[in-house]
Amino acid sequence: MARAVTPRRKIITTAVAWAIGLLIFFPIYWTILTSFKTEAQAINDPPLFFSFDWTLENYAVVQERSDYMRFLWNSVILAGGSTLIGILVAIPAAWSMAFVPSRRTKDILLWMLSTKMLPAVGVLYPISLIFVQFNLLDTRGGLIAVLMLINLPIIVWMLYTYFKEIPIDILEAARMDGANLREEILYILTPMAIPGIASTILLNFILAWNEAFWTLNLTAANSAPLTAFIASYSSPEGLFFAKLSAASTMAIAPILILGWFSQKQLVRGLTFGAVK
Amino acid sequence: MGHIILENVKKRFGEVTVIPPLDLEINDGEFVVFVGPSGCGKSTLLRLIAGLEDVTGGRIIIDGKDATSVPPARRGLAMVFQSYALYPHMSVRKNIAFPLRMARLERAEIDRRVKAAAEVLNLTDYLDRRPGQLSGGQRQRVAIGRAIVREPAAFLFDEPLSNLDAALRVGMRLEISELHKRLETTMIYVTHDQVEAMTMADKIVVLRAGNIEQVGSPLELYRNPRNLFVAGFIGSPKMNLINGSIAAQHGAETIGIRPEHIFASSEGGEWHGKVSVSEHLGSDTFFHVTCDGIPEPVTVRVGGEVDLHYGDDIWLTPDPNHLHRFDTQGLRVA
Amino acid sequence: MATQHSRSAARLMLAPAVVLLLGWMLVPLTLTLYLSFKKYLPLRGDSLQNGLEWVGFENYARFISSSAFWPSVQATLIIVGGVLLITVVLGVLLAILLDQPIWGQGIVRLFVIAPFFVMPTVSALVWKNMLMDPINGIFAHLWRFFGATPVSWLSDASVQSIILIVSWQWLPFATLILLTAIQSLDSEQLEAAEMDGASPLARFFYIVLPHLSRAITIVILIQTIFLLSIFAEIFVTTGGSFGTRTLTYLIFQRVVDSQNIGLGSAGGVYAIILANIVAIFLMRIVGKNLDR
Repeated sequence: MARAVTPRRKIITTAVAWAIGLLIFFPIYWTILTSFKTEAQAINDPPLFFSFDWTLENYAVVQERSDYMRFLWNSVILAGGSTLIGILVAIPAAWSMAFVPSRRTKDILLWMLSTKMLPAVGVLYPISLIFVQFNLLDTRGGLIAVLMLINLPIIVWMLYTYFKEIPIDILEAARMDGANLREEILYILTPMAIPGIASTILLNFILAWNEAFWTLNLTAANSAPLTAFIASYSSPEGLFFAKLSAASTMAIAPILILGWFSQKQLVRGLTFGAVK
Repeated sequence: MGHIILENVKKRFGEVTVIPPLDLEINDGEFVVFVGPSGCGKSTLLRLIAGLEDVTGGRIIIDGKDATSVPPARRGLAMVFQSYALYPHMSVRKNIAFPLRMARLERAEIDRRVKAAAEVLNLTDYLDRRPGQLSGGQRQRVAIGRAIVREPAAFLFDEPLSNLDAALRVGMRLEISELHKRLETTMIYVTHDQVEAMTMADKIVVLRAGNIEQVGSPLELYRNPRNLFVAGFIGSPKMNLINGSIAAQHGAETIGIRPEHIFASSEGGEWHGKVSVSEHLGSDTFFHVTCDGIPEPVTVRVGGEVDLHYGDDIWLTPDPNHLHRFDTQGLRVA
Repeated sequence: MATQHSRSAARLMLAPAVVLLLGWMLVPLTLTLYLSFKKYLPLRGDSLQNGLEWVGFENYARFISSSAFWPSVQATLIIVGGVLLITVVLGVLLAILLDQPIWGQGIVRLFVIAPFFVMPTVSALVWKNMLMDPINGIFAHLWRFFGATPVSWLSDASVQSIILIVSWQWLPFATLILLTAIQSLDSEQLEAAEMDGASPLARFFYIVLPHLSRAITIVILIQTIFLLSIFAEIFVTTGGSFGTRTLTYLIFQRVVDSQNIGLGSAGGVYAIILANIVAIFLMRIVGKNLDR
């Protein structure tokens, strides 16, 4: 039960919370705002907060000069592909650990988690070696595989915690009703776990989208996603603040919107079910 | 059909033996109740019959065919779970139709059978609701509906009434009994409640620690409990069990006498005692009496209203025709 | 508890995930371990085809004794420690603030968690240019407005700048988890404490903070694992110069820039060991949670 709070106190906490919220959000807000300015206005002193000529020119220039759409498409393919394959591998695994646990289930779960903690840099060379060997460098397929593997433990864990909440009675009822394993998973488990599966997909899409070690190190012109597209802006060339802002806005906008929808699941996914 | 034979059936979980070798025959059309305290293995036994667990040894024969290694889906049995286990994402209609869909029946046939089952169970108005929108009793009926549409060889009930409140439980008990009379299909029913066992069963199987203590009709068990455990478990309120010199007078280690088989008087009788607690139910009155020479209080039933209170003198006389005698092993002495 | 049939089905369904992860772990790990005992300088003509010279623990010794090693350990510790301190302390305060009744709570929450969804390369670039640029950045404008001389953040206060950027990225994570934990606190406990005469400060230290201890531990451990391998933020801003070369970045440079694979692999093994020490603690907590 929430208690009644004096209006004065509510006004003060509201003001403080909004001030801090806006402060934290400011870099993003400023980036979005700057993307609509001209280059000269972008570096105007004092900074222009509203009174400037809104322009979409930067977006056009960025798209024209660096083919934003191709990077965007790569990001979608990489994040989507790795998440989808991950889910397909993880659903059976999570089913088996949640509903037919054995003495080793706990160890397997923890071991899967431990692979997530392998520092990427420690295996950078071997992975690139394997990529060279199998002609995977700068291919989407190779990167999808890597992104899928680094996120697989999280996918399995999230699904596992969601599946755990489904009473096994219901699956057994389906078995008694004549469903085979495939039908049990397809008609009973999956529809019941749809909210959990959806949030797992969402969170892992975001993680894969933002992944910036392997995408920077294993891609070049062909399969580079938005992370690499943005990194190419790190060397300035003349006046470029507005264009940088436009490029940044385009890179984060899709995921920012998705992310805002998934904030609840974020906690569960990133703490491996330890905090709900 | 629905003739089930358990032959030498065993179950171990790791090192723990849940069911020692056990034999049991369930005849076609019988209403069999497995009853016992929690942890006695009755649910495990039911799950073994269902095929949701493997037997560690022995055979399960259903209608003459060895079903020991047949998966649950193909044993032709239907089960009603304690939690009902309804599919929350499906409407009542789809829940009931699910086993038929799995059996690849034609749509028209499925619709016909679902409609028939819904009528029998008074669910017609609720067919398009989700389980979450139903009351406990309605959910229970959906679970039963899902079982009956398959026309199974036998129904398995796993404590189906334990999640219902007391009033509803009595009603559902009657409904299930009526259903059995109408369908004449074998039913195996697990409960820890001896009242359910007594009221519904053709045959009661009393289990303790995986062992069958006694098998028989409710009245057989009531009249001739084979041992102390069954004597104490069947009947409400419980049978009075008395040790010591009074038992010795009757030539037994322990004697048992049900509260309804003791004659009480305020003037004179075999045992003298004082009333400690009196429970007035209207139709009956139960006295808990502290008797001279008997350590445990003796419960006695008296018809109607009797005006005796705490501390009043009372004399009890057991009916010799209903006195049960047990030996040192706790077994009944004839 | 299940039948033999479902148990073998379960094993079959678990297999793909286990095999994939096992391969993902073992193959590169074995290669790294193997290479760490070899002299391997591709630029000087070494190649896998011609066979590599076995050098024993020389790479391990050289990695530690190199003049860059200890500074990199120091940089790693300062950056990880600084970010942890900032995110946990501010995270607790923010979580408590957001738990209060305020108008527009949902919107404020969205503002606060937004940085977590910004890809690392973008946040690094935005901070580097839009905010920290010594001439045109917002900070420079602000400094000049108050009559101060703008700071060249990424060269003069490089480590602090990196800490600031990374903290900004991870504060939402800490806040969100701690907020979830706070919301699970039974309000009757607080009311009981209030009835017992505990001041707000006492209630915070004796009830709220102990309740949050598990969530704080989890935040620290998970963040440590991610922070030990921050890469893009440094790659885009300082490129490892001005004292911001962390262990991860040093190994990256050994492997990619100076193409000393053997040395880099030995460093990689160190990084793996380090990560595993942290991981063991995390797994204990998560494992305990599994038993409940």
